[in-house]
Amino acid sequence: MALAPDAPKDSFRLSMLIYDTRFRAMTIQVIVLILFGLAVAWLLNNTVQNLAAKGKTFNYSFLWVRAGYDIEQTLIPYTNDSTHFRALLVGLTNTLVVALVGCIGATILGVIVGVLRLSKNWLVARIMTVYVEIFRNIPLLLWILIIYVPISEIAPAPSAFRVTEEMQAAGQAPAASKILFDTVAVTNRGIYAPLPLFSRPLGSVDLGPVSLNLTFLSIVAVLGASILAYRALRARARAVQEATGVRPVTWWKSLMILVLPTALLLAAMGLHLEIPELTRFNFTGGILLQHAFTALTLALILYTGAFIAEIVRAGILAVSKGQTEAAYALGLRPNRTMSLIILPQALRVIIPPLISQYLNLTKNTSLGIAVSYLDLRGTLGGITLNQTGRELECMLLMMLIYLTISLIISAVMNVYNRSVRLKER
Amino acid sequence: MHKTILIGALTAAGLAAGASAAATVDDVKARGELICGSNTGLTGFGAPDANGNWQGFDVALCRAIAAAVLGDPNKVRFVPTTGETRFTALASGEVDVLIRNSTWTFSRDTELAFDFVAVNYYDGQGFMVKKDLGVASAKELDGATVCIQTGTTTELNLADFFKANNMTYTPVNVQDDSQAQQQYLAGACDAYTTDASGLAASRATMADPENHIILPEIISKEPLGPVVRHGDNNWGDIVRWTFYALVTAEEKGITAANVEEVAASSTDPEVRRLLGVEGDMGAKIGLDNEFAKRAIAAVGNYGEIFEANIGEATPIGLARGLNALWTQGGLQYAPPFR
Repeated sequence: MALAPDAPKDSFRLSMLIYDTRFRAMTIQVIVLILFGLAVAWLLNNTVQNLAAKGKTFNYSFLWVRAGYDIEQTLIPYTNDSTHFRALLVGLTNTLVVALVGCIGATILGVIVGVLRLSKNWLVARIMTVYVEIFRNIPLLLWILIIYVPISEIAPAPSAFRVTEEMQAAGQAPAASKILFDTVAVTNRGIYAPLPLFSRPLGSVDLGPVSLNLTFLSIVAVLGASILAYRALRARARAVQEATGVRPVTWWKSLMILVLPTALLLAAMGLHLEIPELTRFNFTGGILLQHAFTALTLALILYTGAFIAEIVRAGILAVSKGQTEAAYALGLRPNRTMSLIILPQALRVIIPPLISQYLNLTKNTSLGIAVSYLDLRGTLGGITLNQTGRELECMLLMMLIYLTISLIISAVMNVYNRSVRLKER
Repeated sequence: MHKTILIGALTAAGLAAGASAAATVDDVKARGELICGSNTGLTGFGAPDANGNWQGFDVALCRAIAAAVLGDPNKVRFVPTTGETRFTALASGEVDVLIRNSTWTFSRDTELAFDFVAVNYYDGQGFMVKKDLGVASAKELDGATVCIQTGTTTELNLADFFKANNMTYTPVNVQDDSQAQQQYLAGACDAYTTDASGLAASRATMADPENHIILPEIISKEPLGPVVRHGDNNWGDIVRWTFYALVTAEEKGITAANVEEVAASSTDPEVRRLLGVEGDMGAKIGLDNEFAKRAIAAVGNYGEIFEANIGEATPIGLARGLNALWTQGGLQYAPPFR
């Protein structure tokens, strides 16, 4: 009786790594990974060798050395006696403030333009199309310069605001004067605006590298409490309305809850405005809004706004027309249809590409170098790099910081995206 | 993602650092061209003229080196560098020598690993203001806005000067002289500060130089000179001794016009050694014996270069001052050719 032949023995031969489809995919991956590792090792080795050949070391101790240079716009206390690390932080805050203002402004502008581009009003829709096409098709750097040059060339010099005794005697007015009730001076060096100051501030608590400003914290706390109380009031009003069918009058209560505590606190701390005054060379006092900041932020808002407008338009068009028709059938007006029906659904399509616009905007702040805006690129990647000669360290650190900022923005926006996306049941 | 970015950085760093530290003079000879890091445009020191030919005090030294090494003062490629990019350009090997109003300091010499081989201009930092501002001294600048080039020693001196005099200022950071001049003229700053020679050069190119004054205070020492990479001593010697040949030539009265005649007729042993009539000076630095003669013939001696580019007869109108020969009360002093 013939026995059935044995099942083939499950032996492994080397050639199977190439010819057996079960193993081939793995083989290729392993080879690519090894090549990748070798490339990394070669680069590292090359760097180490070249650093050694130049007699350079790789360390970050320069961050704790006195910086020795001054920065125009400092949101945190800084003098030329501070360390390079402090200068880095100043640059970082300057970057973040542009990014924050830019993201908010670009979103508002983008949503408005995106909606208006779909308007039935022919003229409005065309104007918005022209805006979008012009701004997103011309490089951002040019926009920054186009905005910066006119405002710094046209505005009068601080000396034009001066009133000399002879001019007073002759009854002449100075060539330029402050606007908005004589408080804001627009000069060719920047916009000098009044600064809110407190005559009885609460001081601050020093916690190592960061110091907590109690004045600011108390305002935030009071404002937060007011908003919570306001929401409680509205919730109660709604409950009453549902129970009785009559909504109690709340507007004056809301107004009091929202405004009064903060106003009292501000008054108690002695809020007053410091008006910029002309001295020997410049205006002093108040806060200086540099033209570099204005131009950079404005250009970023206009440029990124154009992209966001397209994203918003795409999002709105992605919502089926039946939704609008159904809303109209229910008797909703176009405005309410847009804000209650269309936009909430469109958000699901809008958010993911919006994240990348925020990331772009944040990274594009580094173009501030064109108008000498001292952001992270200008301090750490500019002056510090130059004065210490630590190119590799500064560049790596700067990349790491931009990467971190981008990942944080991305993470926050992803959380938001999760909260608005379609809840599947 | 981390990894990819790190690799990118390292690639860039690796490539930048890839230029070997081997003999620069061989590279220059093989290339048949000297690459000279120069200013982006500072009239009198280094700037292209209307025909695109580079002219200036620093440029002349580049041409002298090209004449000495390659035998032709026109075999130079000028790479314009800003205050920020110049040292990276030199360290990465993009330029062979940097002759661009660069101040010799301790940290640049040591930490940045460069060699300042000589001082071709003894300078100091000054301030320029508009006349109608009514300022007569830098000590009156309290509260002023000052235009300053980033990545320079002047930036640090400025901070120190205002601190030492208990004054405040607002800096306006600019990239190079032309941007500084534009900002200053537009009134974005009250004062412009850089090396006094640079101020004079800037003022000379303005439409109304008589309306601007350079304040009397000189707030720092700025020895400006040619820079080479640390470690290639032979190349450093070539640059150094080419420069000193020009200084010695002035001391000995050798000019571009009479160099041939002096070489043929002089009996002064040092002149004969300098011009390669006797001895083997050139061979000792890897060049031929007539390197100094060619350099002098190409651009003239130190005094001629000074007078032609930035001297009192030019619009820039700088006096020799500290840059006179030591025999005339200045600091320019060449070690003996022996």
